[in-house]
Amino acid sequence: MTKIDSKIPAGPLAQKWALYKEHQNLVNPANKRKIDIIVVGTGLAGGAAAASLGELGFNVKVFCIQDSPRRAHSIAAQGGINAAKNYPNDGDTIYRLFYDTIKGGDYRAREANVYRLAEVSNNIIDQCVAQGVPFAREYSGYLANRSFGGALVSRTFYARGQTGQQLLLGAYGALSKEIKRGSVKLYTRREMLDLVISDEGKARGIIARNLLTGEVERYGAHAVLLATGGYGNVYFLSTNAMTSNGSAAWRAYKRGAWFANPCYVQIHPTCIPVHGSYQSKLTLMSESLRNDGRIWVPKKKEDAEKVQKGELRPRDIPDEDRDYYLERRYPAFGNLVPRDVASRAAKERCDAGYGVGNTGLAVFLDFKDAINRLGKDVIKARYGNLFDMYERIVDDNPYETPMMIYPAIHYSMGGLWVDYELQSNIPGLFVGGEANFSDHGANRLGASALMQGLSDGYFVLPYTMQNYLADQITVGAIPTNTPEFDAAEKAVKERIQKLMSVNGTETVDALHKRLGLIMWDYVGMARNKEGLKKAIADIQVLRKEFWGKVRVPGSTDGINIELEKALRLADFLELGELMARDALHREESAGGHFREEFQTPEGEALRNDKDFMYVGAWEYTGDDQEPRLNKEVLQYENIEVKTRNYKTA
Amino acid sequence: MSNKPYYSSITKKLIMSLMGLFLLTFLVVHLALNSLILFNKDWFNEGAHFMGTNWFIQVFQWVLFGGFALHIVFGIVLQIQNWMSRPTGYKRRAAMEQSPFSKYMIYTGMVIFIFLVIHLFNFFFVKMGWVGNGIPLTPSGEEDMGQLVINLFQHSGYVAFYVVMILLMGFHLDHAFQSAFQTLGLNNKTYWGFINAFGRVYSVVVTLGFVIIPLFIYFKIV
Amino acid sequence: MDLKLKIWRQAGPTAKGQFVDYDVHNISEDASFLEMIDILNDELIEKGDDPVAFDHDCREGICGMCSMFINGHPHGPQKATTTCQLHMRKFKGGETITVEPWRAKPFPVIKDLVVDRSAFDEIIQAGGYTSATTGGVPDANAIPISKENADLAMDAAACIGCGACVAACKNASAMLFVSAKVSQFALLPQGKVEAKDRVKSMVAKMDELGFGNCTNTYACEAECPKEISITNIARMNRQFIGAKLG
Repeated sequence: MTKIDSKIPAGPLAQKWALYKEHQNLVNPANKRKIDIIVVGTGLAGGAAAASLGELGFNVKVFCIQDSPRRAHSIAAQGGINAAKNYPNDGDTIYRLFYDTIKGGDYRAREANVYRLAEVSNNIIDQCVAQGVPFAREYSGYLANRSFGGALVSRTFYARGQTGQQLLLGAYGALSKEIKRGSVKLYTRREMLDLVISDEGKARGIIARNLLTGEVERYGAHAVLLATGGYGNVYFLSTNAMTSNGSAAWRAYKRGAWFANPCYVQIHPTCIPVHGSYQSKLTLMSESLRNDGRIWVPKKKEDAEKVQKGELRPRDIPDEDRDYYLERRYPAFGNLVPRDVASRAAKERCDAGYGVGNTGLAVFLDFKDAINRLGKDVIKARYGNLFDMYERIVDDNPYETPMMIYPAIHYSMGGLWVDYELQSNIPGLFVGGEANFSDHGANRLGASALMQGLSDGYFVLPYTMQNYLADQITVGAIPTNTPEFDAAEKAVKERIQKLMSVNGTETVDALHKRLGLIMWDYVGMARNKEGLKKAIADIQVLRKEFWGKVRVPGSTDGINIELEKALRLADFLELGELMARDALHREESAGGHFREEFQTPEGEALRNDKDFMYVGAWEYTGDDQEPRLNKEVLQYENIEVKTRNYKTA
Repeated sequence: MSNKPYYSSITKKLIMSLMGLFLLTFLVVHLALNSLILFNKDWFNEGAHFMGTNWFIQVFQWVLFGGFALHIVFGIVLQIQNWMSRPTGYKRRAAMEQSPFSKYMIYTGMVIFIFLVIHLFNFFFVKMGWVGNGIPLTPSGEEDMGQLVINLFQHSGYVAFYVVMILLMGFHLDHAFQSAFQTLGLNNKTYWGFINAFGRVYSVVVTLGFVIIPLFIYFKIV
Repeated sequence: MDLKLKIWRQAGPTAKGQFVDYDVHNISEDASFLEMIDILNDELIEKGDDPVAFDHDCREGICGMCSMFINGHPHGPQKATTTCQLHMRKFKGGETITVEPWRAKPFPVIKDLVVDRSAFDEIIQAGGYTSATTGGVPDANAIPISKENADLAMDAAACIGCGACVAACKNASAMLFVSAKVSQFALLPQGKVEAKDRVKSMVAKMDELGFGNCTNTYACEAECPKEISITNIARMNRQFIGAKLG
């Protein structure tokens, strides 16, 4: 087994980051101009990093898959962003945010990274306010906060139900400023299809496809930053955007980068339930709704059945016949337990036959009490846009009747392995945001994704990348006519040709839906050994079928959306298997990974710290060969590892 | 930016709105003067005489012509740019405008321009002695502008033409009033309702005012 | 429900386009408009035809990517709703639905219903930001901002940059888009520092790109999926006058 060096700086936890910065290498301003950096992705992590690196004076090439950097899926984050500002004076500290994040992640995240995240969280809020992000404010003119799952303090800053949008537009503004200044060059409608590694083993560029012309293009740089988001779309139905995909990370994996903890995916408890086979995506209802909404199912099975058939209206069920199961099971945190806990509890009730909706796969999220207590106007001011969105999609008025929600795939905690510097095991390949595995362990707390993306982008990568680039100043421009570039481009073109020439009978989406079902059934909210073995076998069969039956119409020139989707699905069909493999090997329940064999008598997750307190970093060894598992053992020196308890504070 | 004078879209619109507001004011003065004829022809003649001899008015009428000219020139320039901004149109386009008459400003504007020319021929140029047989005289030998008006409004065709023209001008005014305020940035939640209502009242009152004069004369109500 | 579709098909930026008629059957009322197009595209692929190209991404009404002109309205007939959140229950069975791309000189068609909206990026690049660089900024609570102004700034900042305002405007004017960004910063102390340069250069860029002039018809506000108010345009006009005068 390879010895993993996470490059965690020495020193006390609270001083590690300061010590790192004091001793790191820097690049002098004149030399920065000679250094090229590729940033793939323009979400919070990529956009913020590209802008900040551009400000420093590096030559940045930034790539996005949509027509504009502003469309990145960070834009869809609704609820908020955490920071340890302690403006409400309710006892928050950097340590407490650090502690909550580690605990929320079920003790599967790296202490030093999480502490740094908590530490810079405050700078993020300052930065965003300076950018003109219109956060919600109190009448005093000072910033407002609300509470989110997994915390006993109010530390979440928000901009209505559109926090992700406002933060992304802030980063997009900063990026636009640098584009105008000329330090950043923007490439839109480009999709990275391969990573190029030089003969000395350094990441030196990418192969990208121009989605408008179909041209396969080469780009070289001294370092590459991937900020390409998560891989939730492996499930077909998820809250991710349609073009969100795992290909950039997967291509890096196949070039030797380790893929860490792929089985840790987050299933968000408050999404609009599935309603039909033609459905293309799932819509999230912000977790902030759990501040005022109460989650329940009928106490009596016969009531649940009547509700399912439409014979009984939820508002006609009296309070004593309602089971507010989160409040019952977790008195201390109630409806604000972390996402994995809330999701499993919903699944437990539905599996037991108490679910509602015509499929029985839904629970109620009820605002009746909040409206009675605060008035409709207050609720409207807090959640109006979410209620409107619910009504547009479902055609039900949530002010009158409770919302119906069900868990859905939302976020991937797993991702490319990175060290303290957010550098992968390939020198020069950095990974930020959801694409890396770093900060959330086995489960992410609400309002922490935005925090991590911006922390990586604004405050971590501009330092750590510089530390790497300091000895690259004499290298000179990176040529793209090397044998490595030739080989990578050739491989990409061959893969495209191979897909085009199958000329089968099945559409990409039909195959993707089948992969999604396998993943949801066996690698979803609850997993077990038999199911995971079956999933691996089924995915292998489906992968063969894909390469024999997929139909990609059109040509390789110009826009070909089916080809784009097919390329992504080809990678998902491999990634899905690795997820199942990781889930199979991890014989414990932790955060988003719940193995039915490992639970307490009350149905709570049962960790196995003795054998599994490590990051599982998978290494590619060749097609049709078992990947190698590298273990980064996690050491908790500043936190006492405990069983997560949300029943008592 | 090049050295040639650059008028931004907003600058051009500001000129449009300022000149427009100026013309709106002029119309009120014009209407006030015209309405004198409904009460007493002599008052009207005195008014006309004042307008024709007062030095301030004499100077100001050239300012007025300038205002018209700017309003027209910039209106045409803006309109041509607007036509060019969508080379391929829609097959099906719903009526989405919240200020419906806005769509026809260039056309109602052209109508007003034609009317203005005819109007000048009928009155102003006659008074200046450039066209026609001169202005009728009162028994005391003074210019009887009132009689000129009354004579013209004896022809049913002319009255109908005049009324239709004024109505089309009314449509122009209906959009113009609030539009000018919006362009000047004088729109906020508190006053916007008032400005809109005032604009609507203004255009209705001014239109009706100009319409009833020929009708009253033709039907000999006064 | 069964529907007839009349969709603009255009092979490439310079190709001549035309409307093509399609029939779709058994569409659920609960399907979204884009899911209905997905179903059509599945059928086209099975027949070996080229699927209809259209922009879309988040499918939850926030990314601003979707952009169809449906039955005479950008994003279709439902108020305050993007195409991705428009559901088929808003249509009647048997109806003919006309689907066109955004039409404006600065938004050239790339293929079918896909248009190039990079003009909006250029306008933002001209000044739609504060020039604060990373680090070295004061504490977030150092400058209080009245809740009223913060809320108004948020109203303006809610713009998703979809271009519906341009598509709806009879003059293809981008004033609502530009004014939303100008307004957001005009209302915040952080934005005031560069306010004059911002409004002048953003307006100049907007003009240069060939967008039409605003004639205060307010189709933009009526069609904006995020209900951005035209008071933002008035605020931008005020800003502009102030910038020119002072």
